[in-house]
Parts: sequence; C-alpha cells; structure tokens
Amino acid sequence: MTAPAILPARGLADRLTGLFWRHPRVLLALLLTPPLLWLGVVYLGSLAALLLQSFYAIDEFSGVVKEEFTLKTYGELLRPSNFDILVRTVIMAACVTLACAALAFPIAYYAARYARGHWKAAFYLGVMLPLWSSYLVKVYAWKLILAKEGIIGWAAERTHTSWIIDGLLSIPGLEGSSLSTSPLGTFAVFCYIWLPYMILPMQAALERVPTSMLEASADLGATRAQAFRTVVLPLALPGVIAGSIFTFSLTLGDYIIPQIIGNSANFIGMAVYQLQGTAGNIPLAAAFAVVPILIMLVYLALARRMGAFDAL
Amino acid sequence: MKNLKLMATTALCALTGITPALAQVTELGAPEGQVSIVAWPGYIERGETDKAFDWVTKFEEASGCKVNVKTANTSDEMVALMNEGGFDLVTASGDASLRLVAGDRVQPINTDLIPSWKTVDERLQNAPWHTVDGVHYGVPYMWGPNVLMYNTEVFKEPPTSWNVVFEEMDLPDGKSNKGRVQAYDGPIHIADAAQYLMAHKPELGITSPYELNEDQYKAALDLLRAQRNLVSRYWHDAFIQIDDFKNEGVVASGSWPFQVNLLKADGQPVASTIPEEGATGWADTTMMHVDAKNPNCAYLWMEHSLASNLQSDLAVWFGANPSVPAACTDGRGMSTAESCTANGMDDFDKIRFWTTPVSNCSQGEGACVPYYRWVSDYIGVIGGR
Repeated sequence: MTAPAILPARGLADRLTGLFWRHPRVLLALLLTPPLLWLGVVYLGSLAALLLQSFYAIDEFSGVVKEEFTLKTYGELLRPSNFDILVRTVIMAACVTLACAALAFPIAYYAARYARGHWKAAFYLGVMLPLWSSYLVKVYAWKLILAKEGIIGWAAERTHTSWIIDGLLSIPGLEGSSLSTSPLGTFAVFCYIWLPYMILPMQAALERVPTSMLEASADLGATRAQAFRTVVLPLALPGVIAGSIFTFSLTLGDYIIPQIIGNSANFIGMAVYQLQGTAGNIPLAAAFAVVPILIMLVYLALARRMGAFDAL
Repeated sequence: MKNLKLMATTALCALTGITPALAQVTELGAPEGQVSIVAWPGYIERGETDKAFDWVTKFEEASGCKVNVKTANTSDEMVALMNEGGFDLVTASGDASLRLVAGDRVQPINTDLIPSWKTVDERLQNAPWHTVDGVHYGVPYMWGPNVLMYNTEVFKEPPTSWNVVFEEMDLPDGKSNKGRVQAYDGPIHIADAAQYLMAHKPELGITSPYELNEDQYKAALDLLRAQRNLVSRYWHDAFIQIDDFKNEGVVASGSWPFQVNLLKADGQPVASTIPEEGATGWADTTMMHVDAKNPNCAYLWMEHSLASNLQSDLAVWFGANPSVPAACTDGRGMSTAESCTANGMDDFDKIRFWTTPVSNCSQGEGACVPYYRWVSDYIGVIGGR
C-alpha cells in the first residue's frame, strides 16, 4: 500500500491556498469585503446620515437640533433668500458647462484629429499642466488678473477700451466694481478651472470616431458641415456629456472660487459651509447638500437617455 | 442690570446643567513630559517660522514638557477637536469658550496654582466669556480690536465714524464710497451694525450688540441691506482683504491690526482707527480639557503663557494685545508702549468683545435672536435680500 499522493501542508500559506482552492467563495468574500465595507459604511453610510439629518429641524427657540422627522427644513429651502442660492448656483453651473463645451470642442477636435507627434504631446501637456499646480494658487492668480488695477483693467485703460468692461459691469445682475467682484469674474474663473475636465473626455470621444465613416460620408456626397452634424457630433456626444457631468457637478459643489472671486453672494457650497459651522444648523446644511445630489440624478438620467453611457 | 445679567447667567447654567466648582486641580505634581495644545495658526511659535519669534523652546527646556501643537482655523474646528478629546489646552475665542463650558469640555482653573494670575489685566480676570458663576474656566491669552482701516491718501484725517462703511456718502476725495468699502463676511458683522445703531438710533434701546431683540435685530439688518449696495465684495480671508486694498481700490473697511501692520510693512498708505462709536473685538482664553492627561504640564504652560516673553512677542507677531499689561513695557519681549498702542491696547474700554448671541439674554428668556438666525439672515443680506 502506498500512501495517497497528498503532500503534507507546508505551513499557513499552503493551507490557505488549499482552502481558497476548495472554497473559491471564501477568497471572493475576502477580496470583496474591504471595498464593499468602504462603499457601504463609509460612503453610503455618510450619505444616509446626511439624508437623515436633512429631515430633522432646528428648534426655532433654542437653536438645538430636534431629532424628529419633519419636512420643515426642506420648506426653508424655498424661502426667498435660500431659493436664490439654489437658482444662482444652478444658473452658474449651466452657463459654465455651456461655455466650457463651446471652448473645449475646437481644442479637443484639433488635438484629436489634426495634432500629430510632438504637437499631440504638447497639447496633452498644455491641457493637463494647469491641473498640476494648486487650485488655490490659480484662483488667487485670477483674482489679481481680474482686479480693478490688474492687467486686464490696465490693458483696457491703455487701449481706451475701458468702456467695454464698464458696459459689461453695468448689466443688471453682473454689477461689480471690477471684473473680480462681479459674477462675470466668478464665471470666467470657473470656466478656466474646469476646462481640462471637459477637454479630456471630449478628445477621447473624438479620437474614437473612425475616419472610415468620415470618408464614407464624403463618398456619399455629404458636405463637411453635413458630415460634422450627422456623423462627428452624434458620435462625440457621449464625450461631451461626460465632460459636462464633470463641469456641472464641480461647479454645483464648489465653495472656494465664489468666496474669493465675485460679489460674496452665496453658492450652495458656501451656504453648507457656513450653516454647518458656528450656526449649528446641520439640518439646513444637509438639505442644501441634498439638492446637488438630486439635480445630478436628474442630469444623469437625462444623459443616459441621450446615450452618454452607451460607450461604457 | 448687573442683577439681571447674573440671573440670566444662572438661568443659562440651570438650563445647560453646569454645576460650578467641578473638580479642579488642588496641587501640582511632577510634570508629565508633554502637553498638547489646540491653537490658532501663529499662536504658538517655536522659532521655526521666524527665528526671532520663539516662546516654546525655553519652556520645554525649563519644564521638561514637550509642547505639541494642533492648529485649528475656525472656532468650530476648535470645539470639534476638544469634543474629540486627547488635548490638554485650547486657545478658545469668545464664540467658542462658553460653548466649551456649557458642553462640559473644559475644567475650572485653580488660579492659586498660577502665580502670574495677579498680573493679568483686571478687566479680563473676570471676563464673562471664561468666568461662569464666579468660576474661572481659563486664563486670558490675547485680545484685539476690529479696527476701521482706511487709505491715508483718501482720508487725510482719520474717519471719526463707522458711517463711511454703512452709509452712502462722498469720501474726502470727492468720489462716492460705493464699491470702495468692505465689510466682514461673517454673521457677527451684524453686531457691528448694531453697535453703530447704538450710537445713532438710541431710541432702539440697544444695550449690547450681541443681545438684540426682534426690533433691534431688524433695524440692524436694514442697515446691512443698505450697506450691501456699497460693498462689492465682503472680506473673509485676511490676505484677500490685503489684496483688495492693494489692487481693488478699496479704501475703508473694518479690519484687524494684523492686516494693517502687514499693509504698512509693505509700504501701503493705510492706517487704522477706532471711531467714536467704539468697536467690536475678540479675546482668547487658554482653557483646559476636562480629561486633560497632562494637567501639571498644562498648568506650567498657563503660567508660562502669562509670565514669559510670550505675551510680549506674540503681541508683535500677531498684531494683538497682551492680557498682561506689564508685557508692553517691562522689556520681557519685543513689545513697547508704542507697539501696544498701535495694536489698540489703550482702547479696551471702547471694545465690545465677541460673544455668541443666544436666545436667553439679559432682555429675558428667549427675548434675543440666536446666532443660527444671524447666520441664515446674513446669507440673505449678502445675497441681496
């Protein structure tokens, strides 16, 4: 009789290997538990806590949070001063997204279809470079550029074109003593800061449009404009929408740019920051924070219907 | 009036459940070898930012207590860190100190164990932001005024009233103040408006800018709404304000001596004044955690904070005022009588120190508008409502 050909286990690692081989599910569970815990407890847990808080309300009298379910806090969002903040933020996010898309498309188109070799590398570098320096440094730099006595104001004065800036700054809703204290300045800086997030997904989408299709459309007699409208644009649309998700949601949540540039009027992020602080009005801060989540859910649903995720 | 205040404090105590004279340290033992402090940035310097400013190394050598500093940028952060625990001391401002007391996060201080306590400015020894029912919950650290900073090229004479930032008018250079003045981007600025009204609308009967009933509060908000039309940007960050005075054509604003000193050092034509209405101000207190692990080192630090070069040098470093008046003149550090005067040392009586507005105030239970409403309404004012 010979012993069955089973090698003696040579230690813990061997035994574990054996266990994983016999019960593959154990290995799967081991590998999946940490990320699932992270996602479930830390990520979704904090979101749930946020949601929960938003259904509480602050006691008008003592300023203490009452842990009873109520919709009063959401009602407060509709108060004119709070509703202003929501409207202001959404309009800004929409304008920034549209402007970024308009600015980014030609750049992405050129980088994807015409730039070759070194030029392509230079393009990538040029787009990425601003992302390597600190966000705050860039915002402060823009504050200087847009200031009353900054380079734009100086150049306008030298070329006797100050009336253009003054004209822009006298449009109702955009008033300010200089570009840096006007909503126009906030808009410009938002566009600058988020532009790379629009260019990169656009460029990726445009690169995936096969040249053969363009050739085919030319063979079938389409003009360049027609080819652009019926072939390039629909195929690149997912990239445009992916980019717009970045610019839109980033603008919705940002609280630093409007604090440094602009007329100090609140955006959603700033309101959350102030309300959760000394005010201790965490329910209202949470309700404010829920709004961008809802807006983004609607936005993503629309984007899905437009086919933004078909390429995934 | 005093009685009323006392009653209000007692009511507050009953409400929040503070029992006076909790266990406090009765005698000091051997130092534990370390002490950890939550402090404002720039408050505890060991010569690493600038060699000349060091008030830690000597303490560490003499006491054997290593000083660990955790900086916090807002009062809320300080309260949160103290709630977490693990720290011995905190340099709390007036808007945090009473919250820490009410939350049982800090312990009473036995002033007999701090020999230099008697050198503290008498007006600060019993200050209401760290003394509750006669029990001291901390040792005064530093204080400073919120001054009116102005451009000396526009104002040949210092402005005598805060009206330059509250009411539309032509400044001495003949141009309107619209778009050329700033205000603080924090709800506590409502107190500055209330203080202005104290002087200009006595019929409102405001006695403290931090204790406003509905009518007084409404008047203050109306004043601020008018101010919104003058202010193109509210200031929040000291360095942004400095930049706005340099590049944005701002010529007058409420400010801190800190910005005034930095701008002057940069050769800018600015100066500061405390107008006839008086000013608001801040006062910080070193407070000790209720579960401090290193009480002996903590007591040694509190004594050090009053007795050493700290008060004198920190006053110069931060543009603030020492809580120990002698630190201005006895040559223990860099402060001189002139530098203290520049930081507002002589204006103590004109200053109404920052406290958190609560609804139960000296006007009665629930008579005053609490701070959370200040926050939401000030957001509305800045948003143009």
